[in-house]
Amino acid sequence: MREFRMCSVAGILGYGYPEASLNAALERGIDMIGCDGGSTDPGPFYLGSGKPFVSLRALKRDLRLMLKAAIQAKVPMVLGTAGGAGGEPHLQLVAQMVRDIAKEEGLHFNMALIHSEQDKAKIARRVREGRTRPLGRAPALDEDTVNKAERIVGMCGPEPWMRALDEGAQIVIGGRSSDPAPFAATAIRAQMPPAQGWYAGKMLECGAAPAAPKGPDCLYLTVREDGVICEPMGNRACTPLSVANHSLHENASPIRHVEPGGVLDTSECRFEQVSPKATLVTGMRWEPADTYTVKLEAAEKVGHRAITICGTRDPLLIGQLDGFLDIVRDLVRSKSADLDIAPDQYRLTIHTYGRDGVMGAREPVKGTNGAHELGFLVDVVAKDPDTAAAVIALSRTSMLHADFPGRLCREGNMAIPFSPSDLTAGEVYRFSMQHVVLPDDPYEMFPIEHERI
Amino acid sequence: MVKIRDLAKVCKSKNAGPFDLTIDVVFEDDATFDRVAATGVLSPALFARLYGVEERDVLFTPYPAGRAFKATLPRLIVAGDIGDTDVYGAQQHAPLLDVDIPV
Repeated sequence: MREFRMCSVAGILGYGYPEASLNAALERGIDMIGCDGGSTDPGPFYLGSGKPFVSLRALKRDLRLMLKAAIQAKVPMVLGTAGGAGGEPHLQLVAQMVRDIAKEEGLHFNMALIHSEQDKAKIARRVREGRTRPLGRAPALDEDTVNKAERIVGMCGPEPWMRALDEGAQIVIGGRSSDPAPFAATAIRAQMPPAQGWYAGKMLECGAAPAAPKGPDCLYLTVREDGVICEPMGNRACTPLSVANHSLHENASPIRHVEPGGVLDTSECRFEQVSPKATLVTGMRWEPADTYTVKLEAAEKVGHRAITICGTRDPLLIGQLDGFLDIVRDLVRSKSADLDIAPDQYRLTIHTYGRDGVMGAREPVKGTNGAHELGFLVDVVAKDPDTAAAVIALSRTSMLHADFPGRLCREGNMAIPFSPSDLTAGEVYRFSMQHVVLPDDPYEMFPIEHERI
Repeated sequence: MVKIRDLAKVCKSKNAGPFDLTIDVVFEDDATFDRVAATGVLSPALFARLYGVEERDVLFTPYPAGRAFKATLPRLIVAGDIGDTDVYGAQQHAPLLDVDIPV
């Protein structure tokens, strides 16, 4: 039976993996090596700012080992959503890292870059043409949202990855991509059925997450025409349950996975343990979509953040917390006005840990529930850093010194752990798009650039 | 009556993209999954009530292959927006733990 052997080194490049596991996969023999480079999970800052969410040191370590492995094994290497968010700065950061490692290690190869950052004018044109669609509960996309975005990326499907490899690249580094797409591309290109290729991608995009115990490790997959065998490296096992349950991970549905060109249906999957470490999955189906769609992600700049952290041990304050916080907000408003800062120029949020700091308005336990102490994270977001600094200083002194009925602790309401007490937290972004584009074809939004290294 | 915290093997929450929260309850074996499924307690209505959303906004999927139930619903605040308390959505499962299952 024909087989295609795939290795994913880690859940996200820069999260780490054991070198011994990579070597074990190499000894077994591989036909490709890959890694997913990113996620939206760490939030909108990284897409907006163009920065990675792992350290450069960790990124380079993980990249060096897999690059050397790919060259040694003479197999394709794919790295999707490079640099965490897959925008142009992220892609260029990782591309330069590849060049640096190649120079340090004396490696030579053909590299392709797949660009995923989108030109705002082109997306605005698609809006005017009526070729964007909202997802979920989002309203229709408008040009104003497009223009206000700091950065827009499209989620690349497998087709540009296949083309980059067909055109002779061995190492392909891509911007934002559907997480399974780079893996699926290599399997489909090796004449494996799309269902098996996409299923393999769904497993590989998270490293050894489909195994038990979970942990940062390599996943080794054997794709066959009838199914996929999942096996982790290291001291773990893929069991029918651990593999089945990976379909729950970060998906809206465990049985329907929407991808750029169709839907992977896992509702009829069967799971069979074929060795102490490995599970065979069969029965996956691929339903091609009538219309090819590319999902957009965008980050819009909201302002600048400053925070302060404090706590109270005063039962009289805790007993009238809502009233106290209202007093603080009023004080901040009036003192800000004295500095010519209008209420619409800042947003003050006070997170109360010990009450509803984790779940906010969805917290079912109401009130302070007999807490003997409470922690506060005071968050100010304003249009510029100076305004944020001014308002957080007023917020801190108001938390510390605001008078309240029956107050005994007249030297200060709060324990403040740090000096300086106010911290600046930089630029703040928000995710601003939940839409798809209907492109002319799967390639037009994702230009491929080749270079010899 | 048994609480989910004493019956489930896994009870967890996480983002499903920046706009949705997904909650999974996984049971140890097929028999437990079947008994829980038969009670009908885990349902779109339960998640709608616990999380303060409309029932039509809950995508509820029993998943026998994983001995799991999954519910996906809108986040209270989009991940990372001002006022968000849980960017990854990883600590929103607790209201389920005390749900009684009549098994």
